[in-house]
Amino acid sequence: MIGLTINGKSHKVDADPTTPLLWVLREQAGLTGTKYGCGIAQCGACTVHLDGAAVRSCSIPVAAAAGRRVTTIEGLASGPKLHKVQQAWLDNEVPQCGYCQSGMIMAVAALLKDKPKPTDADIDAGITNICRCGTFQQVRQAIHAAAAARA
Amino acid sequence: MNDMNDLVGMNRRRFVLGSAGVGGGLALGLQLPLAAPAQAATPAVVPEVNAWVVIRPDDTVVIRIARTEMGQGTLTGLAQLVAEELQCDWSKVTTEYPTPGENVRRKRIWRDFSTGGSRGIRASHEYVREGGAAARMMLVKAAADRWNVPAAECSAANSIITHGPSGRKISYGKVALDASKLEVPKDVKLKDPKDWTIVGKPLRRLDTRPKVIGAQVYGADLRLPGMLNAAIRDCPVQGGTVRSFDASVVLGMKGVRHVLQVGRSAVVVVADTWWQAKTALAALPVDFDEGPNAKVSSQDIEQRLVEGLTAAEAFVGNSNGDAKAALGGAARTVEATYAYPFLNHAPMEPMNATALYTPEKLEVWAPTQNGEASFAAAVEASGLPADKVDVYKINPGGGFGRRGFQDYVVQAVLIAKQLPGVPVKLLWSREEDMTHGRYHPIMQAKLVGGFDAQNNLTALHLRLSGQSILADVFPANLVNGMDPLTFQGLAQPGEHGFGYTVPNLLIDHAMRNSHVKPGFWRGVNANQNAIFLECFIDELAEAAGKDAIEFRRMLTANHPRNRGVLEAVVERVGWNKPAAPGIFRGVAQMKAFGSFVAAAAEISVEGGNKVKVHRIVAATDPGYAVNPAQIERQIAGSFVYGLSALFTEECTVKDGRIEQQNFDTFPSMHIRHMPKVESIVMPTGGTEPWGGIGEPTICVAAPAVLNAFYRATGKRIRSFPLKKHGITFA
Repeated sequence: MIGLTINGKSHKVDADPTTPLLWVLREQAGLTGTKYGCGIAQCGACTVHLDGAAVRSCSIPVAAAAGRRVTTIEGLASGPKLHKVQQAWLDNEVPQCGYCQSGMIMAVAALLKDKPKPTDADIDAGITNICRCGTFQQVRQAIHAAAAARA
Repeated sequence: MNDMNDLVGMNRRRFVLGSAGVGGGLALGLQLPLAAPAQAATPAVVPEVNAWVVIRPDDTVVIRIARTEMGQGTLTGLAQLVAEELQCDWSKVTTEYPTPGENVRRKRIWRDFSTGGSRGIRASHEYVREGGAAARMMLVKAAADRWNVPAAECSAANSIITHGPSGRKISYGKVALDASKLEVPKDVKLKDPKDWTIVGKPLRRLDTRPKVIGAQVYGADLRLPGMLNAAIRDCPVQGGTVRSFDASVVLGMKGVRHVLQVGRSAVVVVADTWWQAKTALAALPVDFDEGPNAKVSSQDIEQRLVEGLTAAEAFVGNSNGDAKAALGGAARTVEATYAYPFLNHAPMEPMNATALYTPEKLEVWAPTQNGEASFAAAVEASGLPADKVDVYKINPGGGFGRRGFQDYVVQAVLIAKQLPGVPVKLLWSREEDMTHGRYHPIMQAKLVGGFDAQNNLTALHLRLSGQSILADVFPANLVNGMDPLTFQGLAQPGEHGFGYTVPNLLIDHAMRNSHVKPGFWRGVNANQNAIFLECFIDELAEAAGKDAIEFRRMLTANHPRNRGVLEAVVERVGWNKPAAPGIFRGVAQMKAFGSFVAAAAEISVEGGNKVKVHRIVAATDPGYAVNPAQIERQIAGSFVYGLSALFTEECTVKDGRIEQQNFDTFPSMHIRHMPKVESIVMPTGGTEPWGGIGEPTICVAAPAVLNAFYRATGKRIRSFPLKKHGITFA
């Protein structure tokens, strides 16, 4: 059994320690907001926070997350109020199909922790998630809106 | 209709994790268990007013949507069209999908479910508006009957019916039950577009919130009680078969329940979790007979295309005058050959479907672009009669044409059929998805233009050589062997009409098919045709010593709407003024999927090969624009798809199989590559058929950038992607 703290709650999961964190989250913790896109850390759809830092959960064995704090899209907001990145996503109508957006939002939330007022260059360097619908124009707009918003 | 909830598996909905992406969730079973109290607040069964409209006692308006929402916004747009005529309160609108099985049982009352070819709105706007209008008339009549007054004295607005003479008012929710008992009127009059208050407005999408909180349930997210998970390996070479596999190697692995053959060519491992299934599959020895295509390479396929460029026989898709004679007599000719590769759709959500089979009933949950095709595929694969089958549509995580094909649905049914009573979710790995796609057809083109002594363009011959989609997918739709879709953007007048007048014109196609399965890829054949034509038009303009815009103006004199979008981007980009230092411009225009589109790109090039696309101005004239805000998002988004293909994407064939396995070798643009996109939505109205939105504009981005690249570097690139030439994003 591996002990994990996911969105503030303790979990004990029975999984092979090499199982990617993504699949433990999706199939054992029942948190399907985090998506499978490529399995090789290329697309970012599986992005979650590990001790507050954005990581690609498809390429992290669950054993490496043992005893650490995992935050998923379901736990990004504290309480019923949306996280400011989610609110900016809603206000700017970023999602199209939406499949990549959990990962995109988690990546952006981590970026804003490091750089509360990111420049376009910061965004270019920090956000490498793939979106096949092509929402990037709205993503950039929403990142600036989130940065301008109160927490 | 009252039993629609039962038909769609009402009892199943509480099993599913997540919440409804679209309001009602009636058709799909996407209610979170926690949502049960809210559900209980309204009766489980509310009779419909008509097929398109259900109004609950609390005035909630449920609009039925037959097409699939996969990001393109069609769900909101179609709801706007119904709501416009229904005269309802937009803030009370929610939506739901009828099931394909219900559509069949009701003699296709919702008509076509197919969501492709940018047809979602343009091919159904009339009958969905009529559906809204008919429902409004029924609600008004029900109120008038209740008041015992003539319906003509009553009016409806914002979900309230008012009796003019007495001033009495009543809401839709109060009379919906009575209205549901009335006959649906056949003769309905639609509003004049100038009176629209909901259509044409940049209203917010109805489906955003669940997508920002991780609550939207995609097919890959489905969970049913007792469900098992399947990972699949299909023969890597199209046309091959399974010879044998050794299940004993993996049956002892944790969680593994079954190892099964699926059809003739695939093997699945079924396990408690998908990760267990995938891990076991990787360890499973499978011996494939790779069949007759096992030695085919990209070079073989390309050689056949090259041969077709000059072959004597070809299907003529468009012609006027006598191009061959005119070229023979031309004072000067210009010639170029272009080549466009295979491409995978690579939607973010890999293919998947979930099925539960018993001899009495088959249920399938499918992220599909065509619910009816999924239904037909499920019926056929199951061997059950149609009345024992239904398909619940799930909003796909991207489609782009891939999910019109039903291979994954067939596989899921064939697996479920071997495990009666057990729900099984089949999810492809990205590698399976990349190597078993429905690829953008490979195509080459040889173009020859002829000038007279005064540098007037007198003739153009555009010879296409390559793959036909219809020949593989719908051979019955070939016209005397010819695939008319091959000529998108180059065709005779119509939704893909050629946008220039050339005195002697010949556009023909030497069909050269391969074993690589072709499919409809966002923009379809307009993608390569726009590159071929619009880059060559620039080549011809240069040969004639004319400005690219001036040259196009001469050729578009008889094509006012092509000319209209061209002039719009020319003006907005400031073509007549010099660009900033280091910035180079290019344009392109085309008619595709019924819409007239043009783009003007501004790029810079560093070191001769590092390209920064700074800005693209894009204009579209779809005739009517239902939701301009969503149209702008479709345009900007389509350029990500189109420019990713232009710069970095191709699928190549070695030993009969597709070589690219994942996004490391089939890269997609990042935000740092994204140009600023300025959209000009310029519907000109009129009585022509409406144009589409999701696909048309994609095709003009690539040629506009290529024409700018030529101006920047003097290099004319004619085969793709650009990475083959060492050209990359800056």
